[in-house]
Amino acid sequence: MATVEVTFTPLPVHVRTARLVATAVARRSGVAESLLDEVRLAVGEACSRAVEAHQRRCPGEPIRVSLTDDGEQFLVVVTDAVQGPEHDLPAGVSLPAGAGADGGDGAALGLDFAVPSGGSVPLRLPEDVGLAVIAGLADDVRIAPAGHGTSVTMIWKRRTAA
Amino acid sequence: MDLKLSNSNKDGIEIVDVEGEIDVYTAPRLRELLIELVNKKNYQLVVNMEKVEFLDSTGLGVLVGGLKRVRAHDGSLDLVCTQERILKIFRITGLTKVFGIHDSVDEAIAARKAEKRLPA
Repeated sequence: MATVEVTFTPLPVHVRTARLVATAVARRSGVAESLLDEVRLAVGEACSRAVEAHQRRCPGEPIRVSLTDDGEQFLVVVTDAVQGPEHDLPAGVSLPAGAGADGGDGAALGLDFAVPSGGSVPLRLPEDVGLAVIAGLADDVRIAPAGHGTSVTMIWKRRTAA
Repeated sequence: MDLKLSNSNKDGIEIVDVEGEIDVYTAPRLRELLIELVNKKNYQLVVNMEKVEFLDSTGLGVLVGGLKRVRAHDGSLDLVCTQERILKIFRITGLTKVFGIHDSVDEAIAARKAEKRLPA
């Protein structure tokens, strides 16, 4: 089992670095080229969410990304240090396989994209959107308490070469 | 690659050309440009994403925000995108039902003119 760990200050500019590292490690681990874009996007989503949560709650704490190839699957774990009931992730859940999958409908995930008039527009869409994207890209997604924060685990199973 | 933005007017419709990566770091620049255009009373927008290499939900949020702003003035925000890896995130989130997504800028303009019956 080979693991690469990255720790970064919760700044938006570092999300790109995390994406690059994740893609490079996935490629080196033998993840199919066709899946590399999915790894890059899913890891970016998880890291972006963590960065925004840290900036609101604990900007001095780092975010951890762990990338593991165990021979059968490629796992990426993004762990934040955001504590408390105000955390915006539903900890302790496993997202259903295929939720938000390609060709899916955001409404099926309870996402509401109605565009109301008036009022301010947040930079990011609701938290569920990022999770829906991750769920649509990874083979399995697990959200669980980790230390003082929460971890998002994304798994891509090894495909047999065609 | 960083984000490159430019805009031009064609047939009364503001075309925003986007090149590079739209993520949590760069999306604020696109957001500012869209706000600036709307503040200058450009309510018919086409965002050309043919040279976008990466788009995440932050970028989607900026596009939805832009759509909201132009709709408040009875305007429109259409997209030009044929890249499968970019289209995939729109499909995953169901946003293909929210945006008009076209194969070319000319097609987007034609579709907008047909809908709004803008003068040729």
